[in-house]
Amino acid sequence: MTTVTLASKRRRAALVTAAFMSPWLIGFAVFFAYPLISTVYFSFMHYNGLQPPTWRGAQNWTYVFRDYPYFWPALRNTLWLVVVMVSLRVIFGLGVGLLITRIRTGAGVFRTLFYLPYLAPPVAATMAFAFLLNPGTGPVDSILEAIGLPAPGWFNDPAWSKPALTLLALWGIGDLMVIFMAALLDVPREQYEAAELDGASAWQRFRFVTLPNISPIVLFAVVTGVIQTMQYYTQPLIAGKVASGVIQGAGTQFEPGFPERSTLTLPQLVYNLGFQRFDYGSACVVALVLFALSMAFTAFLMRRRGGLNLAGD
Amino acid sequence: MPEVIRKTALALTASLALLTTACTGQPSSGANDDASKDTTINFWHAWSAPSETKAVDALIAGFEKTHPHIHVDVVADMTDDKLNQALRTGGSKAPDVISSFTTNDVGKFCSSGALVDLNPFFEKSGIDPETTFPKAMNEYTQFEGDRCTVPLLGDAYGLYYNKTAFKKAGITGPPRTWSEFEADAKKLTIADGDGYEQLGFMPDYHGWESTTEHYFAQFSPTYFDKDGKSDLAGDPAFAAGFTLQKKLVDELGGFRKLEKYRSKLGDEWGPKHPFHTGQVAMQLDGEWRLGMALEAEPSFEIGVAPLPVPDDRADQYGKGYITGTIAGIAATSTKQNAAWELVKYMTTDTDAVVGFANDIHNVPSTLAALKSPKLTYDPRFKTFLDIAANPHSTTTPASVNGGVYLSTIQQFGYDYESGKVKDLKAGLERTARQIDTDIAQAK
Repeated sequence: MTTVTLASKRRRAALVTAAFMSPWLIGFAVFFAYPLISTVYFSFMHYNGLQPPTWRGAQNWTYVFRDYPYFWPALRNTLWLVVVMVSLRVIFGLGVGLLITRIRTGAGVFRTLFYLPYLAPPVAATMAFAFLLNPGTGPVDSILEAIGLPAPGWFNDPAWSKPALTLLALWGIGDLMVIFMAALLDVPREQYEAAELDGASAWQRFRFVTLPNISPIVLFAVVTGVIQTMQYYTQPLIAGKVASGVIQGAGTQFEPGFPERSTLTLPQLVYNLGFQRFDYGSACVVALVLFALSMAFTAFLMRRRGGLNLAGD
Repeated sequence: MPEVIRKTALALTASLALLTTACTGQPSSGANDDASKDTTINFWHAWSAPSETKAVDALIAGFEKTHPHIHVDVVADMTDDKLNQALRTGGSKAPDVISSFTTNDVGKFCSSGALVDLNPFFEKSGIDPETTFPKAMNEYTQFEGDRCTVPLLGDAYGLYYNKTAFKKAGITGPPRTWSEFEADAKKLTIADGDGYEQLGFMPDYHGWESTTEHYFAQFSPTYFDKDGKSDLAGDPAFAAGFTLQKKLVDELGGFRKLEKYRSKLGDEWGPKHPFHTGQVAMQLDGEWRLGMALEAEPSFEIGVAPLPVPDDRADQYGKGYITGTIAGIAATSTKQNAAWELVKYMTTDTDAVVGFANDIHNVPSTLAALKSPKLTYDPRFKTFLDIAANPHSTTTPASVNGGVYLSTIQQFGYDYESGKVKDLKAGLERTARQIDTDIAQAK
């Protein structure tokens, strides 16, 4: 009798727990589990979005990895952006955060100035940058030439297109700056005072006091930065289109990654394959590669977290 | 309690099943609506310039006058990307009738079933497409017997030239062969430091309409052999086309210099187009450029001619590349009979076709409209009508994956013109293999 009551109590408790969890569970099932499973399913199918899918085996996978000419350039570009752009954004965001927390007068003005670009819509911001960095008519190159410096081709030069995108990303650093400022203001003052009494230099105070205290925030910035960069789509697409001069119209073709595939990213391939070529199967393969890469990067970074000298750990 | 769990599992399974079917829903065949009843259909088109959208509105007004029970909601400035997505999703806001600027996607539209086969509609209406449309247009609107599109005005490509600059350079008339063209382009080029005061011709594939297929039409290439394999490496026309373009690039200043100059020029659809402004003296373009150039009121006299031909094909001078706007009915439409009434009116009613062609400065797309006395045009426009009627004029064939093969050729063109690829023969062979692989993947 007691056991029955206990069992039924446990069942009831489990159900109550499930009931409380159900909003999340339903969300997880509908918005994550089902799309993921169907993406895996469609990656083995020939499906154009209109006719019933047919079994294709590993053909989509071999096509993407072996025969689709844009896959490897896009992967290389995406990894370049993940490594360079994310690192620079974190360093630059932290640097700006540090500077602004040190400013005694006018900090509000600088905070606003650095945060405002983040609010600019990505399409408008990219078009503005394409205008500013235009090698023929842009003011940036005109100034560089006027002072006798070499003027890069920026979005028109394959060697400079990714650095130009990185500049654009650094301009919109406002989100990271705010996060880092909050973290920096949270570092206990007494730790700095103790370090100063021990004769620590400014660099040592940063290295042994600031950095350990804000390392979880650095990790957060890196992980979210990697995931965002994996989904980097709008800016390279707009920059490439504007710089190439190709406005879609009669007789114009999809031209990925102008110039010379240097701004091609994996999300652009998902769009090209799925929505332009009607090849959902191959688009799903690229989407799964993106998912796997994001997971791998995140897992790697979370493991590295153990190596960080965490305050309070 | 197990009952509750079972019911929950059932509900979840049902939800998932619903989701699954929602994502893999099939378009209905839908041609069972009554076109004589009061209805509203959606029409999406690609025109965007104010003069063009006004012309479309006039065309639709004419249709609504003759079909008072069918109302048309028009959406302008729709690219192929937007059309592609709408054709798959369907719904009350999705288009019943679409029109696209390019014939490149006809094969994809037909093979995927995105647009319905119009043959039954033509039969039902007693219209014979073979005797209604010019031969080339009749061909590029179908794929493997499936006529899922219909020509809605045509485009012919020719050469625009600055007559005033020609006189200044001592050139008496437009070039008829590529070697004459080459010499004229050099004569017309006036350097200015590391740029140009005037460029004879912008040969780069990014030079607006100077795409590979528009150049190569003058060489009468065969894109696919009888087995459906790419003939890019087999047909010498392609190598000749690539070689000519590369020679022009090198002789007119080199790729980097030209690209830098190009980055300073106005866009294709704006009033600052470099031909309008006199920055480029010759321009490969479609018939619509004449109206746009005249509207921009340039400071020089505009000349129009067919594009030059290879020296060994001098007798074929007068031909050009032909393509056109196409119209079709969405497979997801539940009002296909009403949609057909609009398509039929826009594409086969002689007065409607002539009126639209007059308004939009395009080539009419029916044989009757081409002969109509109501067709009014600038005498220079006659050049494009002649190009459209020229038996040597060519178009690009439809392919199962749409214009992917043309993008692949164009992509190789970018690599070749910039010097990234130096071995033309090997490059053509590699590109042909890529085209075949892409087609096999799409089947």
